[in-house]
Amino acid sequence: MIEARGVIKVFGLRPVLRGVTLTVGEGEFLTLFGPNGAGKTTFLRIVATISRPTGGQIAVAGLPLPARADAVRGLLGVVSHQPLLYGDLSAEENLRFYARMYNLRQPAERIREVLKAVGLHRRAADLVRTYSRGMQQRLAIARAILHDPPVLLLDEPYTGLDQDAAATLDEVLHEVATRGRTVLMTTHNISRGLGLAHRVAILSGGQIAYEAPRDGLDVVTFADTYAEVTGMAGVR
Amino acid sequence: MAATTTAQAPADAQRAASRPVGLTILTVFTALMLLVATYMAFIYAPTERTMGAVQRIFYFHVGAAWAGALAFLVTAIAGVVYLITGKRSWDIVGHSSVEVGLALVTITLTSGPIWAQFAWGKPWTWDPKLTSAAVMWLSYAAYLMLRQGLDDPARRARFGAVYGIVAFASVIMTYFGVRFIEATIHPVVVGSSAGTGEGDFGLATRMVHAMVFSFITFTFVYATLLWHRIRLERLSDRVARLKAHFFSQSG
Amino acid sequence: MTLEAEKQRPAIHPAARRPTSLFRAAAAIVWKDLRAEWRSKETVSAMLVFALLAIMVFSFALEFDRTGREASSAGVLWATLVFAGTLGLGRSLGREKDQGCLDGLLLTPVDRSALYFGKLAGNFIFMGVVALILLPVMSVLFDVSFFRPLIVPALILGILGYAGVGTLIASMSIYTRGREVLLPILLLPIALSILIPAVRATRGLLEGIPFDELLVWFNMLAATNVIYIALAYMLFDFVVEE
Repeated sequence: MIEARGVIKVFGLRPVLRGVTLTVGEGEFLTLFGPNGAGKTTFLRIVATISRPTGGQIAVAGLPLPARADAVRGLLGVVSHQPLLYGDLSAEENLRFYARMYNLRQPAERIREVLKAVGLHRRAADLVRTYSRGMQQRLAIARAILHDPPVLLLDEPYTGLDQDAAATLDEVLHEVATRGRTVLMTTHNISRGLGLAHRVAILSGGQIAYEAPRDGLDVVTFADTYAEVTGMAGVR
Repeated sequence: MAATTTAQAPADAQRAASRPVGLTILTVFTALMLLVATYMAFIYAPTERTMGAVQRIFYFHVGAAWAGALAFLVTAIAGVVYLITGKRSWDIVGHSSVEVGLALVTITLTSGPIWAQFAWGKPWTWDPKLTSAAVMWLSYAAYLMLRQGLDDPARRARFGAVYGIVAFASVIMTYFGVRFIEATIHPVVVGSSAGTGEGDFGLATRMVHAMVFSFITFTFVYATLLWHRIRLERLSDRVARLKAHFFSQSG
Repeated sequence: MTLEAEKQRPAIHPAARRPTSLFRAAAAIVWKDLRAEWRSKETVSAMLVFALLAIMVFSFALEFDRTGREASSAGVLWATLVFAGTLGLGRSLGREKDQGCLDGLLLTPVDRSALYFGKLAGNFIFMGVVALILLPVMSVLFDVSFFRPLIVPALILGILGYAGVGTLIASMSIYTRGREVLLPILLLPIALSILIPAVRATRGLLEGIPFDELLVWFNMLAATNVIYIALAYMLFDFVVEE
């Protein structure tokens, strides 16, 4: 579903991605680990069509980027560490706005559905700026799955969440968001990242330094692998 | 692999650092032209009847104005080409041309009031040509500030290109805008309408020679400075690249 | 497992994969901006209070007598509108950048120019509202009647052109360091070519000069509008796309 071959991104003279080759199959959940500054967000932004690669090839659902970016956008749902929501609008209004932008038919019904799915239907009329960080992140998921995209991109979705909120988010991700979708998630949180994944990869120094199926990995040994691959100790 | 890079680097650097022969020739030639232009403005051209010696400012004043406008036109064109091709070299051309153009327009904006003090009795009027020159200067000063405020080089180049295009359109429109307010009192130095207006000073043939020569000289001054400026930018790019290369190897 | 999950997924909305039309997307953005503004009233109220203060400053700084007031009222109106407009433009685009919403907009399957026209329309409305409130206020304070039929097209053209080029410039300035400072520096030299005919047309109307003689200013306003908005339409993609 997502195919990247030798993707390069250079900011001025600073290479951030030095040839990333990564494939995420249909219906697969891949977690991309990596320390801050490894280029995870940059890579995700390229997949999300909001940044152009300097070199290499990338395709989503067989559509090459950036040439077919218009067609790809409708297939993607994105949750980033920023909620991408308007504080002065209510949850329902935010979704209604995005429903219009995605040109949904019967938006009211779909909005009710996703709000219920993330457990915010009772707070639908509240302004988003009154929401807690965890609630905003759940609403961000509702926004991302509003148009029922086959591909979901999650960029550090746990950032700024406490334990409880992160656990709730996990539940929502597992129950509604990722089911049946192709998911690419980035994180540096090892236990959260392993939780839902089918396959894991580590991005280090602008390249995929490690790739393995989730089965057969446990948190402790993977943490050691991670430390070894990224050259960072004690990031469990 | 490291060995070859280090072996190559000095020879490479030397070649890049040594000034191209063409540029040296052009620089010397331009300097000679400036000397001749100075001679023509001060000695060859006769003293103007009504204004006297101060009119001689015009030869450089107008030449610089022309070259400045040319510089900003080049920036607008380089901007269009950059947006189409995305090549760094066009960004360098656009940016360098603004810096050189600003210097040239500064010559115009300082020499003009000196002349006007004598001719009109006051250094500044809100005449269309003066206003648009001042707006031009401000627009391109803003262009440089825009670039300075951006960290990502690709974005700096894109925004520079966009602003360079919009600013050029605005300068033209401002000029037409103010021209309608009142007939310009600024003398028309070149063109068919010479002979009207209070600033008419009926250019003698020698004056025309001096003026035309000044136009050509300032075009050369612009080209020379642009080439130097582009080369400087290329070299600083190179330094940054070598630095990045060095630090990526040493960790 | 994959196949099983695939079956569980609800049917995809048939319309979801089709790009949204430019007009609908722009209208959605306007709706969103107006709705948010109606809630907070932050932008228009800030613009309005600033505009009133500017009028005060002008009238004391220039120490108007009666004739001076009449002669300069058109200039004061436009200078005030332009400065207040800068405030509104910076705010409207800054809001998209601050909460990462601009990324959210760029993720949607709409043409980039829909974002431009949507934001332009919102800014036009905000400035228009401020202008509509300023007219009666200035008519009273300056003892000059601004209520002449032709002032409407003059205001519309002037504000549209200013918002048109301003939306483009503000969508660049939000990426810069010290963006609040940079926006007026970038915008005002460009906006001068709109300001000049706008002030001239308005002043002519207030002085009761016949329309025939003012036509040149209206034409110039229209031409500036066309050029700036066409340029912004072509260049906006390059501003927002990384």
